[in-house]
Amino acid sequence: MNAKRAGYDGVVAAVPVTVPYQRYSKETAHWWIARALRQLAEEAGIKPSEIDGFCASSFTLFPDTAVGLTQHLGLTPRWLDHIPFGGASGIVALRRAARAVQAGDANVVACVAGDTNHVDSFRRMLSSFSRFAQDASYPYGSGGPNACFALLTDHYMRQFGATREDFGAICVAQRENALRNPHAIMKKPLSLQQYLDARAISDPIALFDCVMPVAGAEAFLVMREDDARAAGLPHAHIRSSIERHNAFPDDPIQMRGGWAMDIDELYGMAGVAPDQIDVLQTYDDYPVIVMMQFEDLGFCEKGDGPQFVRAHDLTIEGDFPHNTNGGQLSAGQAGAAGGYIGLVEAIRQVTGTAGPTQVKGAKTAMASGFGMINYDRGLCSGAAILSGDTA
Amino acid sequence: MTDPLNPPPRKNPQKRTRIPTRPMPMRSRAALGLAAAAAEGRFMLQTCAECGTVQYPPRDACGACLSVELNWTDVSPAGHLIADTTVRTSTNVYFRERAPWRVGTVRLDVGPSAICHVHGDVAADDPVRLVIKLDKSGQGVLFALPQKTTPNMEDDPHMREMTCDPKFRRVLITDARNENAPALAQALADAGASLIFVGESEAWRPYPHRDALEKTANVKIVPLDVTDTASVAELAGEIGGKTDILVNNARFVRPGGIMDRGDVVFARDEMEVNFFGMMRLAQAFGPAMRGRGADGDNSAAAWVNILSVYALSNMPEFGAFSASNAAALSLSQCLRGELIEGGVRVMNVFTGPTEDEWHQPLPPPKVLPAALARAVVDGLREGLEDVFVGDVAKDLIDRWRAGPKILEREMMDPGGQG
Amino acid sequence: MSKATDPATLLKGLAQSLSSGAIRVIDLTHTLDPDFPVIVLPPEFGQCARFRMEEVSAYDHRGPAWKWNNFTCSEHTGTHFDAPVHWVSGRDLPDNCVDTIPVDKFVGPACVIDCSDGASKDDDFELTPEIITAWEAEHGQIPEDAWVLMRTDWSKRRGDAYLNMREDGPHSPGPTPEAVRLLVEERGIRGFGTETVGTDAGQGMHYTPPYPAHYILHGAGRYGLQCLNNLDRLPATGALICAAPLKIKQGTGSPLRVLALVTDDGGEP
Repeated sequence: MNAKRAGYDGVVAAVPVTVPYQRYSKETAHWWIARALRQLAEEAGIKPSEIDGFCASSFTLFPDTAVGLTQHLGLTPRWLDHIPFGGASGIVALRRAARAVQAGDANVVACVAGDTNHVDSFRRMLSSFSRFAQDASYPYGSGGPNACFALLTDHYMRQFGATREDFGAICVAQRENALRNPHAIMKKPLSLQQYLDARAISDPIALFDCVMPVAGAEAFLVMREDDARAAGLPHAHIRSSIERHNAFPDDPIQMRGGWAMDIDELYGMAGVAPDQIDVLQTYDDYPVIVMMQFEDLGFCEKGDGPQFVRAHDLTIEGDFPHNTNGGQLSAGQAGAAGGYIGLVEAIRQVTGTAGPTQVKGAKTAMASGFGMINYDRGLCSGAAILSGDTA
Repeated sequence: MTDPLNPPPRKNPQKRTRIPTRPMPMRSRAALGLAAAAAEGRFMLQTCAECGTVQYPPRDACGACLSVELNWTDVSPAGHLIADTTVRTSTNVYFRERAPWRVGTVRLDVGPSAICHVHGDVAADDPVRLVIKLDKSGQGVLFALPQKTTPNMEDDPHMREMTCDPKFRRVLITDARNENAPALAQALADAGASLIFVGESEAWRPYPHRDALEKTANVKIVPLDVTDTASVAELAGEIGGKTDILVNNARFVRPGGIMDRGDVVFARDEMEVNFFGMMRLAQAFGPAMRGRGADGDNSAAAWVNILSVYALSNMPEFGAFSASNAAALSLSQCLRGELIEGGVRVMNVFTGPTEDEWHQPLPPPKVLPAALARAVVDGLREGLEDVFVGDVAKDLIDRWRAGPKILEREMMDPGGQG
Repeated sequence: MSKATDPATLLKGLAQSLSSGAIRVIDLTHTLDPDFPVIVLPPEFGQCARFRMEEVSAYDHRGPAWKWNNFTCSEHTGTHFDAPVHWVSGRDLPDNCVDTIPVDKFVGPACVIDCSDGASKDDDFELTPEIITAWEAEHGQIPEDAWVLMRTDWSKRRGDAYLNMREDGPHSPGPTPEAVRLLVEERGIRGFGTETVGTDAGQGMHYTPPYPAHYILHGAGRYGLQCLNNLDRLPATGALICAAPLKIKQGTGSPLRVLALVTDDGGEP
């Protein structure tokens, strides 16, 4: 039995920042992270030297880590973290930073994820992604995450009767949302027929099931509520959060993520129920994992994901607004920033600063993260419930 | 069922020979255990010595109890295909060239799930048996096969990538004079080899089985003396570009060790044939084979050495011969490293005493030519790297694995292994 | 001493005749070829090493401006010379090795006994005393210290016809013990040469003594020449043979270039 966890009272997330993505970039991850930090400082009205906590995530920093970045970017933080958790990086960064600020280890923590995308960097990243991937998945067709998720999708479809149309509905809705996001890489509408007719990548996965690797950065600040208020910064309260790694190792193939272990705590700590979530930002590198999140995050029972999708409108104006900026599927996957995009959008939504993608009256949001296909499944999962001042 | 392979058309001389590419060869040290198992055609996974949990992917500590005592153990290869996909775009050039490529997840009855290559005759949710094969980078990979043999299953294109099947391939067997040459030629002909060159040295010296050899289907006797550099180069000039499998069958055997011989005359002959012979062949035939590792259905596939199992531990009664084979074994490892760039496999067939004039006074069991030939063909079909043929060789490798120093001492005892 | 027999004049005349072509040089040597047959002993014995050549460089990265080869072979490979020390019967004789044989023994006259007709009909054709005396009746007695060459046209044979190996061993012509004794003990020849792989018949092990040519010749300090070529181009008498083995320390024999000097008129003096 776990001890009761303390809340995140007095700590907020603020200043959601997106450095507009590019399909390919000749620049480095350092460049993209610097752009994000600069934007954070400018929008917060502080000097970079006032950032005394720094948390970085990136796949393309090699040979540097967050340590090298401090010297490279001229930061002198008293609290430093490097979170190589891929799609779970944003949630995990928020959790770590919130505790640091709460404990007084830092005043202002800049949480940044950024990656560049060179013409060949995706291939090189895949081949050395992890030891298990190198040993036991990459040598099998070298299909990368497409092939791994194709296996999960194939199994899920057979197990629960999901169809291509069900996954298509998720992608089509996100594209509709993305059309409102000026920074989205995908700028053309997507019809279900186009989705179904798309080039096969790794059966049953086709082109529009896959994210587009891009260069970009996402960032936010974690600070004391009092400081945010004093500076006049819109801010989001952290109602609850969870993370879990290598959950359900005995499942022969991934049918659920670590959320399923911790979901009661997520809602309990926040004191809300699923129907009180106004907007949901899931981790969406492939639609199958979105469907699993609908189940594992408590919006429907396991196996009811297809039904849930058929029963709901996932667009900004719909009855279940989901991945309102288009998510990675339509806005692009900027490496580790893919683990931030939903959280940053959630901060915007509950602070009413989402602009064209704003869900009317959104007070409470959930963002979830999922990352690191170490071998055959994603190992890291996390989620957070945020709310605005008026919630 | 698999579509049967058709005889490959003649090569279009206007087309560039496809350059061999490879699946990614990088592996952790633990994962190399798969290559070791595949080399012998065994299905082995790491098993925890303390809690018995079977592990996959290979690792350095038990995922169940954190014991670091993980032993590669023969385990049941039975499982079910629980998911599969067909990779149509790959970041790796090798797979890109061969797409679509089938991959699946198999749940093994012994516990873990594994991503693996999938034979075309396996359907969703089918029971399968996993095998470990060496891929074109020489690394061990899991391959899911139908539980029962299906028609032409060896012709599955991805299966054929992992094996060195003689079917429709052109073979050079060296040393027609060797007593096992007719059996080798016959077995390869039976396995579907389309052309079998047999190298004959010193045509001015007759030998008894020449007629039988000449009458074997698809056999063509060609002049070749592995001790003569010019002869090797000349033959390579003629047929080097269409030698898909080379069976290095030349061996020079004489009894005796060091002091009972009193000179190095036979030892030089042994080195000339058993060691330098391989090196000459490799220098003449190796580059073309390495360059033709991806040359269609009858690409260059394998280099076979027939070695004495006493390459591993010296048998004093045949001491100098053993030593020449130890040198040859070492050289074969060098060759393996060089040919792997072209995806061409080096298979060493280790034999105990063979049924011939030089082992005549030795007690049985001895390896008959037909048994040796069968081992060569089976090994090629399986795509193996190390084959131990006959009871003596199998016994010796077991002892060698248990303790090379103990074996060395056993070999010195006339009443023992020797 | 008349001017015609003055050695200096003779030598000068020889040079002039060679230059003019009045005296021709005939090569009695086979090319050293890896695939040229050598004597084959039962396999438990050490064997005669075949001629082998390894290129060391050929104007390439191994030596940019030069080409050269290393070669290996036996003392008894190809067209070769046998010294007395080669056989057990000659082991204790003085000057019995190729490096100690007096060099004047390497140049001398040759008598050629044509056995080609008989050898064409009988692979085991024997050179007998009767054939020798019949030859002498026609050409005169074999002079002392001459080479006697047995012509069989065996050098024209190719492939397995040369050794002519059967289950019971090789079959090729050679001298009987009596013939060798006649030549050595009564005529005092310098040496005996053949076109076959040895000075003895292929089945020479079945004579008494076995291998009589080797045994008797070398036991008497005489020499052998084997694998000779072009004997059909020599006159029965009158040819001068130059057969100088390599100067191998304590060598029992040596591959060599055997040359014959002959005159246009067939050489009959």
